[in-house]
Amino acid sequence: MTKCTEDNKPIMVGDRTIPPPDARYITISIMGQPYEVPETLTILKAMEFVGYQFKRGCGCRGGICGACGTFYRIEGDHTLQTGLACQTVVEPGMILAQIPFFPSNRASELDLETKMPADQQIATMYPEIFRCVGCGTCTRTCPMDIDVMGYIAHFKRGDIMGGAEQSFDCIMCGLCAARCPANISQFNVAMTARRIASARLTPKSEVTAARAEQVRSGRYEPMLAELCALSGEELKKLYVEREREPDLAKPGEWMPADQTHL
Amino acid sequence: MSEGYTPEMLDLIKKVEESRPQRLSESRAGKAFPAMSMDARDVVLNAFHPDYTEEGRRALGIGPNKDEVYPEELVDLLESRSLLEAVNPDLSTPDYETDVLVIGGGGGGSAAALSAAGEGLDVILATKLRHGDSNTVMAEGGIQGADQEPDSPYFHYLDVIGGGHFTNERSLVAAMTNDAPLIIEWLESLGMMFDKHPDGRMKARHGGGTSRKRMHSAGDMTGAEIMRVLRDETRNRKDKIKILEFSPAVELLMDENGRCAGAVLNNMETGAYYTVKAKTTVIATGGTGRLHYRGFACTNHYGATGDGLVMAYRAGAKLGYMDSVQYHPTGTAYPEQNVGLLVTEKVRGLGGQLLNIDGEQFVFPLEPRDVESAAIIRECVGNGNGVKTPTGRLGVWLDSPLIDELHGPGTVQRELPAKYIQFKRFGIDIAKVPMLVYPTLHYQNGGIAINDQSESTIPGLYAAGETTGGVHGHNRLMGNSLLDILVFGRRAGQSAAKAIAGGVEVGAASLAHLAEYGKALSDAGLDRGAVSPMILPNYATDEIRSRRWDVKSPTV
Repeated sequence: MTKCTEDNKPIMVGDRTIPPPDARYITISIMGQPYEVPETLTILKAMEFVGYQFKRGCGCRGGICGACGTFYRIEGDHTLQTGLACQTVVEPGMILAQIPFFPSNRASELDLETKMPADQQIATMYPEIFRCVGCGTCTRTCPMDIDVMGYIAHFKRGDIMGGAEQSFDCIMCGLCAARCPANISQFNVAMTARRIASARLTPKSEVTAARAEQVRSGRYEPMLAELCALSGEELKKLYVEREREPDLAKPGEWMPADQTHL
Repeated sequence: MSEGYTPEMLDLIKKVEESRPQRLSESRAGKAFPAMSMDARDVVLNAFHPDYTEEGRRALGIGPNKDEVYPEELVDLLESRSLLEAVNPDLSTPDYETDVLVIGGGGGGSAAALSAAGEGLDVILATKLRHGDSNTVMAEGGIQGADQEPDSPYFHYLDVIGGGHFTNERSLVAAMTNDAPLIIEWLESLGMMFDKHPDGRMKARHGGGTSRKRMHSAGDMTGAEIMRVLRDETRNRKDKIKILEFSPAVELLMDENGRCAGAVLNNMETGAYYTVKAKTTVIATGGTGRLHYRGFACTNHYGATGDGLVMAYRAGAKLGYMDSVQYHPTGTAYPEQNVGLLVTEKVRGLGGQLLNIDGEQFVFPLEPRDVESAAIIRECVGNGNGVKTPTGRLGVWLDSPLIDELHGPGTVQRELPAKYIQFKRFGIDIAKVPMLVYPTLHYQNGGIAINDQSESTIPGLYAAGETTGGVHGHNRLMGNSLLDILVFGRRAGQSAAKAIAGGVEVGAASLAHLAEYGKALSDAGLDRGAVSPMILPNYATDEIRSRRWDVKSPTV
């Protein structure tokens, strides 16, 4: 490793893979077809390296969008493994198939105004949760390490808030539903539960509602028009002189000296 | 755990470890590497920030923004011919007719669709990948909105315009900051799982450049939560909103009066084209990170190829602020699998320092993003003090283990859980060894010019979100992009409703503007035989490219 010099510009090829000169190559099997790929790549980049241009099965490339759920086995090992293609590094003998889409059940109507108790609402929309056999395959399948069976158990017990919180990291890739022997589409149940828990079981933010009402009354339009009409210098002066809320101020306790524009 | 680094890199890390005790005691004593003066900032920006240097940029030779200087990769796309120029499809009987066509299925497009449906309009939302595939899902930190007692849209306005170096379109800033509390309230009503206090009050934090605490969040996946809630709500409105996935718009349709009349969609899975005649059209196709300006890696979604810019420009829409791009100072430079991925500003907020190959500090860690990026490029390319990776990339160290030394063991893992896992997966424990980082393409400040009603310069054509330019000026603050997309998405839907209520006459749909554009391109001597929009990035190796014998265009 040497210092780079001025004529030694960095290699800038965006997201294309550049294997190091001494890269070791391994054989993986993409849907049954063998390819040689550099051993350090993720499944996603290995597939691009051999020439795939994704339409399905590729999204944020950072583990948060759920587009690239993948099942794989390692040759000679009977266990079925799962991962996100953008987050899982290839291994020798890997036999993989992406599941970019899986048929799922989403109950059609979500009524957030209903008077029905939240647990009943979930039970009515998704009665199949009571068919859960507790096998735990969903939990073992989840690439986000969520206790999927655990949150379904919360819903069965009527603890909608608990299950909602436990499912928060869900990226809705659908791999849990692909493996469920009880035909539950867990990720859709959780989506519905999180919305019910947030809209119906969590207190509303009164501060936000009060401010929104002030906005609707047109209170801030003249103030903003006033700012839009200022010269650049006047605006800079206001910017530089504005008070900064202290980092450690408790919510609702600190108030600025200038309260004419609140 | 450090086996993810090569032996050569581990040797260099020793220099970081050697200088750490001294740096630690200085940090504890409150002594920081000096921040730059305004003049010093100008020097480094002018010499090394990609937006300020001439290299890799050229003047656009055609269209409403002719002679403005943009990154070459963007100019290449805009100076390309249409895929459909030589085709003369029968446009007399459209395959779909609708009140509103929304192009793009991220946060901005979904907000536009929901707001138009709320006004009683029929909507088609056409998107290139899955509904929800967008930069929206990748936004981690939060969404701003002046809803707390000591705050108001007035102060939010001041923060936005100061952050943008006072170059912002003021009417857009007013619109965005005014609507922000309404957006927060709307998301709450839809059942978004905000971080809240037990009494229901939103947790609100500071962000870079804010004078009041107004950053609202949902864990460290705020954008993903917003997107899944909006998508779910859209599915509740099947009566009004039809979703077409894997169906990018490739060109706009125009009528004889210069009004946008809808778009041509391409079903990517069957290759078939379909026409949508629409009374109003909203472009919400997002940014351009995947154009990889000057070969920079990016933090963007796979679909961020600027398709909307291309089709709007061909149809005659004016762009604005397209010369301005936000480079995030700390994108991952190693390991290769993580290249470009964002390393949040929080690492430096917690005390992490940037170091060169000799383990020395060379910049104050919390300069404005553009200055910090330029300083890193100067240290690597100008001063030759970067660390080279086995694949020839350059980077500087981001000393994350210092955070545990400063705040106690376990801090890195607790405060940066996602980053910790992302590196640990590749044999790098960022609580024990530093990360290697280099600036990465993050956000497109410019785009289609709009007014505060989300109207573009083309009648019947609206735009919202990262595909537009102006609201953030030349620099965007954290937490204002999630806000921007929802404010202008909703305003686009409302404007469409207003226009339709006032009576909209759409004439015969035509693609004649494509031939005109192609001719202008030839006349200007700029025809390189390239076609656009790009639709999908292409990361194949040179070997594979050379084997694709039938592919001729350099941009597809």
